[in-house]
Amino acid sequence: MIRIVLPPHLRTLARVDGDVELDVNSTATQRSILDELETRYPMLRGTMRDHVTQLRRPLVRFFACGEDLSHESPDAPLPEAIAKGSEPFVIIGAIAGG
Amino acid sequence: MSKVRILVGTRKGAFILTADGTRKRWKVSGPHFAGWEIYHVKGSPVDPNRIYASQTSAWFGQIIQRSDDGGKKWNTPGSSPEELKSPDGMQKGESNKFVYDGVPGTHQWYDGTQHPWEFKRVWHLEPSLHDPEHVYAGVEDAALFESKDGGKSWNELSGLRKHDTGPKWQPGAGGMCLHTILLDPQDPKRIYVAISAAGAFRTDDGGQTWKPINHGLHSEYIPDPAAEVGHCVHRIALHSSRPNTLFMQKHWDVMRSDNGGDLWREVSGNLPSDFGFPIDVHAHEPETVYVVPIKSDSEHYPPSSRLRVYRSRTGGNEWEALTKGLPQRNCYVNVLRDAMSVDSLEPCGIYFGTTGGQVYGSADAGDSWKPIVRDLPAVLSVEVQTLP
Repeated sequence: MIRIVLPPHLRTLARVDGDVELDVNSTATQRSILDELETRYPMLRGTMRDHVTQLRRPLVRFFACGEDLSHESPDAPLPEAIAKGSEPFVIIGAIAGG
Repeated sequence: MSKVRILVGTRKGAFILTADGTRKRWKVSGPHFAGWEIYHVKGSPVDPNRIYASQTSAWFGQIIQRSDDGGKKWNTPGSSPEELKSPDGMQKGESNKFVYDGVPGTHQWYDGTQHPWEFKRVWHLEPSLHDPEHVYAGVEDAALFESKDGGKSWNELSGLRKHDTGPKWQPGAGGMCLHTILLDPQDPKRIYVAISAAGAFRTDDGGQTWKPINHGLHSEYIPDPAAEVGHCVHRIALHSSRPNTLFMQKHWDVMRSDNGGDLWREVSGNLPSDFGFPIDVHAHEPETVYVVPIKSDSEHYPPSSRLRVYRSRTGGNEWEALTKGLPQRNCYVNVLRDAMSVDSLEPCGIYFGTTGGQVYGSADAGDSWKPIVRDLPAVLSVEVQTLP
């Protein structure tokens, strides 16, 4: 079970409270997690990565195990602690005012 | 008794203001979509309970919201709980997918170089006059999209963006936005749009082909002041009984056309400043027009720090200041292009919102004003629904 922490605005949009928990059928990567997340919550499509290019939106970041993985390959395996659910995969909106 | 519902988009959410036909006591609901920029909220003229909203964020991009009950409940189209349970593979999660048709091409950038078209947000949603499932979206970078399935999916009417003049279009200070969409109530194939800073355009074939309609405009801030395109049109308006007569608030100058935009003439007359953003027409008097003069393009606040709506009952040129109930000292707010609207009661009501968060209303065609709310986030748009 993978745990995902969404930023507050996306929790509101997806109508979830607290962390999202989900399973992926393949290796836990940014892409496999986001694919499953968007399948479960289709209203999140286009909010974290571009609809067409699938590139991460510039002001969205991915943190895990105290590291910023935003610039890692979306197909790189995530740390074991993420795959096991002992640490959350954190999606945040960059601190940029507003 | 009739009711009035005002749909307010702000920098930090949407608000809905409702009153009965006396328009004296108002109920305020919101914020809806708290913390998000709501560029525009507009209801279908066919089904007033069908309301579309453009929700946007620099972080998370564009969202389209839809209500089918007059603004009580909202869903991203195609993602309601009922639709998500549907096993038949209805298109989901694409209500915010605005993809330009073909190769997007380039337009002129601030420094004069060419810059690729990039979708940023929806500025304006214009529901069809005939079908609540059909809605148009004016977007930045400038293009026109339409949805025929209640906002679940969008397709570009790309004849506009692919017009030969496209590479000469350029962004205004607010970005290169298509902010105005006027549907001709007498000719379903005729649509007017306005783009900052390209100008006004018209289609007579339902959006397949477009022509610039900027003849008569004069803009000193472009190399050829009478160029075919490049004019910073802030807003155009029409009265449904006379759709060939258009009124325009340009960056500078208030203009009028009596032939569907083929030729414009200036009607700024005695205005204290002919810079401003919104313009609208009285619901029952097609020659009664309203503007809100702003001091200049470098000082976006009212002349002499007095907030005045100006009304012309002669279709322009002769303007009277409407001040009763509006602040007449130390006022430094702006009124943005989509932030004024009229109801269709008798007498006509008129409403506008400010960047200071006030929404003012007049139930007597502008003779007197009262603040309906004073302390909202900066107001981006105001639309009014007159309900039975």
